[in-house]
Amino acid sequence: MLDQEFMRNALLAGTFVALACGVCGWFVVLRGQVFAGDALSHVAFPGALAAAAAGLDERVGLFIATVAVALAMGALGRGAVAFGGARRAGSLPVDDTAIGVIFTFILGLGLFFLSRFSVRSGGSAGIQAAHTLFGSIFGLGAGEARLAAVVGVGVVLAMVVIARPLLFASVAPDVAGARGVPTRMLGVAFLALLGVVAAEATQAVGALLLLGLLAVPAAAAHRLARGPAAGVALAAGFAVLATWAGLALAYAVPSLPPSTAIVAVAVLMYSISTILT
Amino acid sequence: MPAELAGPHLGWNPFTDISELVEYHFMVNALLAGGVVAVMAGAAGWMMVLRRETFAGHTLSLMAFPGAAAAALIGIPAALGYLVFCGAGAAAIGRLSASGSRSWSEQSAGIGAVQAAALAAGFLFVSLYGGVLGDLENRLFGTFLGVSDAELLMLAVVAGAVLLVLAALGRPLLFASVDAEVAGARGVPVAALSSAFLLLLGMTVAATSQVTGVLLVLALLVGPAASAQAITARPVPSLALTLVLGLLVAWLGLGLSYFSVYPAGFFIATISFAVYLLARVFAGVRGVRRPASAPSEPVAEGVIA
Repeated sequence: MLDQEFMRNALLAGTFVALACGVCGWFVVLRGQVFAGDALSHVAFPGALAAAAAGLDERVGLFIATVAVALAMGALGRGAVAFGGARRAGSLPVDDTAIGVIFTFILGLGLFFLSRFSVRSGGSAGIQAAHTLFGSIFGLGAGEARLAAVVGVGVVLAMVVIARPLLFASVAPDVAGARGVPTRMLGVAFLALLGVVAAEATQAVGALLLLGLLAVPAAAAHRLARGPAAGVALAAGFAVLATWAGLALAYAVPSLPPSTAIVAVAVLMYSISTILT
Repeated sequence: MPAELAGPHLGWNPFTDISELVEYHFMVNALLAGGVVAVMAGAAGWMMVLRRETFAGHTLSLMAFPGAAAAALIGIPAALGYLVFCGAGAAAIGRLSASGSRSWSEQSAGIGAVQAAALAAGFLFVSLYGGVLGDLENRLFGTFLGVSDAELLMLAVVAGAVLLVLAALGRPLLFASVDAEVAGARGVPVAALSSAFLLLLGMTVAATSQVTGVLLVLALLVGPAASAQAITARPVPSLALTLVLGLLVAWLGLGLSYFSVYPAGFFIATISFAVYLLARVFAGVRGVRRPASAPSEPVAEGVIA
């Protein structure tokens, strides 16, 4: 299996993308921001299409779209801080309607770019759209895989730097704020990191399946581990394991798309965790 | 005549524009389907926004994608696949939010897991089917050009059923949504109502996604309802305003799309967003009044949030 170059590339990129997704995902679930993460992943799709319509590299569009929307969501509000606060207070989310309206609008823009792009390029638009939506991890080149690994490591390092204050700000936002922790800035920074993760993971599992790596392993970890350190480690471990098992499965069964296999393994882990607890 | 060849074009006279709009049967069907869907999605969306179940609604709308793909794979009508998968998704979400801990973060993580599983299954079905990508695009973003008389009739029947059940459940559902604890203490079956509403929501998005496409259902489901609830906190006026805004968004979007080369979903999503922004600005300028009456309190909370 490892003799194939496309498989080595897929493993390299998949491992580090999954690592970043697992670490960020644990905080996403803790802060009740699954819908925000979902919205960011869907936003990647219009970003890629806009870049394609403008004749740019799709990754430029991916990163610009997700990070810009992440910053907008962070700046517009309560998104950054209040999710954690609302969760602590035991109430429901604050911003879900706003997230719904905003990202539907951006998906509508994606449709606009799709039709522009279709006019220009004939048949390849549909294939491009499908790649962005569902990922094409077996199609990554060596350079792209190395870039994905570098981005993954960078995100994990950044998370290590902000982990402590972010945890404090997520669990007890009022106390953290009173102690001088910049909770709002941390929230925005976290969303921006999430945007980077979404853009990078879109190339591996696709804009529609990001939750499978971001939220599902983390949700399983939250059920099984109570402490933060164990939880983050477990979430990252689950995500990497799901990626490896999914890639191996997809290699063994050619009709099974790799992103489906990865998400299926992750969902299986989550199902087992709900039975165990 | 060159004007004939140029196809429909938007002029300054609204009467000739509208007569041009209803010139063709397919466009009349599209407008009727848009109207039916806008009313149904408006009513269900109003309750959904009130209950803060937008993420669940979005996830249910994505269920239509594996539903359609599975239907294509085994050769049954797509609408049937939509309904089956949306119903199954509603049941799964209902189970997840009813059992065990109900903190929002765990609940939303569970909804995310349902969504990921459904989309992964949908992608599997598409690749097993051999992937007709043009069709995938239509599923995701909708096509209103091909609404046949039979489909229109089915949409109307589904909408009628959803609206009837919603009207029958309306009062206890509103009570349970506004204050679940008090409602439960008074003997209202809160959990059963919650599951029933998710099923209704599933049917609504299954029908709506046939017009707007899977990805843009929220444009009709959330936009009008969120705008109306931002403008007024009283239940009846905000519900009425939701329906009016929904019809406006749907018909304006379809009409503009008819006169341009761009798809209806784009216009519907954009107009919905614009209406929401205007409503937020309006609410911000006027300042939000908090009514003293207890039942509408959470609506006001929703507006302030």
